[in-house]
Amino acid sequence: MEKPSMRGMGDAPASARRRKKTRRLPEGTLIVTIVVLAIALTFSTGNFLTTHNLYNLVRQTSINGIVAIGMTFVIISGGIDLSVGAVVGCSGILAALLMKDVNQGVLVSCFAGVLVSALVGVVNGVLIYNGRVPPFIATLGSMTMLRGSIMLASDARNIAGLPRSFSDFAQDDFLGLPMLFIVWLIIIAVAWFITRLTVFGRKIYAVGSNVEATRLSGVDLKWVYYGTYTVCSLFCGIAGILYASRLRSGIPTGGQGYEMDAIAASVIGGASLSGAEGSILGTVLGAVIMAMLRNGGNLLGVDPFVLEIVIGALIVVAVLIDQNRKAKG
Amino acid sequence: MTTVTAAPGAEIVRMEGITKTFPGVLALDDARFSLNAGEAHALVGENGAGKSTLIKILTGVYGKDSGRVFIEGREGSASTPLEAKALGINAVYQDINMAQHLSVAENFFLGNPPRTPFRTVDWKRMREVADRVLGEYDIHVDSRALVKDLTVAQQEMVTIAKTVHEKAKVIIFDEPTALLANEECAELFAMIRKLKARGIGIIYISHRLEEVFEICDRVTVMKDGRWMKTMPTAGTNEDELISLMVGRTVEDMYDREFFAPGEAVLEVRGISAKGKFSDVSFDLRRGEILGFFGLVGSGRTEVMRAVFGAEPPDSGEILAYGEKVDLRSPSDAIKKRIGLLPEDRKRQGLNLQLSLVLNTNLAAYDKVSDAGVINLGKEVAVAEEYRGKVGTRTPSVRQLVKNLSGGNQQKVVVSKWLAGGSDIFIFDEPTVGVDVGAKQEIYKLLETLLSEGHAIILISSYLPEVMGLSDRLLTMRNGRISGAFARGAYDEEEILRAAAIE
Repeated sequence: MEKPSMRGMGDAPASARRRKKTRRLPEGTLIVTIVVLAIALTFSTGNFLTTHNLYNLVRQTSINGIVAIGMTFVIISGGIDLSVGAVVGCSGILAALLMKDVNQGVLVSCFAGVLVSALVGVVNGVLIYNGRVPPFIATLGSMTMLRGSIMLASDARNIAGLPRSFSDFAQDDFLGLPMLFIVWLIIIAVAWFITRLTVFGRKIYAVGSNVEATRLSGVDLKWVYYGTYTVCSLFCGIAGILYASRLRSGIPTGGQGYEMDAIAASVIGGASLSGAEGSILGTVLGAVIMAMLRNGGNLLGVDPFVLEIVIGALIVVAVLIDQNRKAKG
Repeated sequence: MTTVTAAPGAEIVRMEGITKTFPGVLALDDARFSLNAGEAHALVGENGAGKSTLIKILTGVYGKDSGRVFIEGREGSASTPLEAKALGINAVYQDINMAQHLSVAENFFLGNPPRTPFRTVDWKRMREVADRVLGEYDIHVDSRALVKDLTVAQQEMVTIAKTVHEKAKVIIFDEPTALLANEECAELFAMIRKLKARGIGIIYISHRLEEVFEICDRVTVMKDGRWMKTMPTAGTNEDELISLMVGRTVEDMYDREFFAPGEAVLEVRGISAKGKFSDVSFDLRRGEILGFFGLVGSGRTEVMRAVFGAEPPDSGEILAYGEKVDLRSPSDAIKKRIGLLPEDRKRQGLNLQLSLVLNTNLAAYDKVSDAGVINLGKEVAVAEEYRGKVGTRTPSVRQLVKNLSGGNQQKVVVSKWLAGGSDIFIFDEPTVGVDVGAKQEIYKLLETLLSEGHAIILISSYLPEVMGLSDRLLTMRNGRISGAFARGAYDEEEILRAAAIE
């Protein structure tokens, strides 16, 4: 490369050099954190590094992890989706109701749950793009409506007694790995593919960075918004089915608070709530860290309330480190 | 008035031997500067010459590595902006920092409103003082108006009045006219003259050299962090300044090759949009630059947004390549090979937090993808190709656009439209906020586009630029075309009259 001259470059070369070094840092830091946590937990507890515990950890992480990936799509686009937890609950309860009260087949019921979830995403997208309702408000509205609908439809009771073929799925292993984990891996792969290798993925980042410039570049924003929120809800719908299967019943309060965990995982993973920053890998690592803290805390007998304080602090620290890094860059 | 705080002509600021390094960059090397009361002193130089760094040391934003600063004869400099303000040193920035949803009077007393004996806000006195100060400077703004409802120029005037009211001794103007129309500039200059008459020292930073000659008494030229020369404006000229700034003589910035215009590629027939512009017609031919000159608010930008489909007109018709077209969205216009380089590059032209690769391909992802899946190799190759073609200076196409200078950012926007296959380029104020060297590169780029048979519309509120570059020139006023001029028959006064006089 020819040596760039100073003129017209400002201080770009210096900042570029610094940038290159820190470029991969967010994920790097996360991986180091996970390794350190794993080593610490292995030595401080007798039973962290047991198949039983790791399987348990992975099962706990998978459902939240899927929701977090959906959330990351929305956050990259510069939005937020508060309805993810309600979608998880809705999808599970709907599938359970269809199986139990309407005697539908397992596949049909699950498919219906996921389809309705995706429709919630379409509605969110329409409200946000066509109605110009801020994402926070639009999804707060759909979250509240969904929660009400779930209670009405289920009479606020748990729907238990689901077919074995359904409720065994989440407990099963396949090729020695928990089924839930395999579904999560598939979704990670799909999400990674979309964000890294598709035009749609590029457009999500572009919208998150600058909506007006993206529109003036001829991008039809409509499909980006519809697509982003639909993908998010679709993933949450799948998570909802897994949730119901894991608990062997439809739970009306299912998925409550998941939106906050999903935002936390995305942010710990390097996503910025102002859009255009964030990665699937980062979010996955963020979700794993949160799960390890909760799991390790349990094993060590740490007060769960103290644990929540630690996780809250972690969110803030993650963003502090990130901001500091950017200010220097 | 009691704002005269120094005897006229006394030295208020003296900076000597200032050196400042940032990691890997020597930003200032033995720089010097001085300012007298009642004087306007211009600080000129290309981007990266160290002007802003010097000012930021004076205003306490940065600390210096070595050197001495004297304020009113006493050595010692501000170490925070607040300290600088206490010393009477204030800066008025391009992006005006006002609370948009509060009134003018409230902004005047932001953080420190006058109180009644009961410690509640004394609204009456607040308005009285604001009205009095505004009146003193002939600023016709209602102190109860919300700042967001003011024009940019009015906001700037109010900011200045506020600064003076806060007992400023030194006011720094950084590109104050970048967002102003010509007549608004005249108002600003009148204001600056009043400030000078009151003994306030003015530091004036601008890329527009003719302003330096109009308003400033002395000028200091900086280059690569070093002081080059300080001289009275009366004893120098633009050519000398430019050659000191760039270290070479610029015979004629606007010198370019002209091509025989070809067929009409764009014909606009009587388009109107309510409240914006009416009955606008013009033709654009292959190989020419059609200049548009008009004040801010004359409707030029709105017309171009209509032609680009961003805000379709209410009536009238547009023909592209002889065929009637209905442009309802930017993507319609892009399909007709029209590209818009908007005035507000950062907000409308670029995705700053993203890479050159994404920005270059954004208008043309279908060309580097198959069924929505991107061919990563092609994507990067396209970015590399156009980086080379337009000469964007960056260590890598993976670089984020926000890390590039203004001129290089503009080149990225051009790359986007070239990659998108544009043939008709609409440049809206392409050189705003761009330094002299980069300006010339942009002019060169226009010439290259023409030589390849493209057609260009150039909007500028800087008359020498449109006159120097365009084949033909149209003026706009109040949403209408108010004059048409052919190259060779350009007359500065007539053009100004067509654009500005009712």
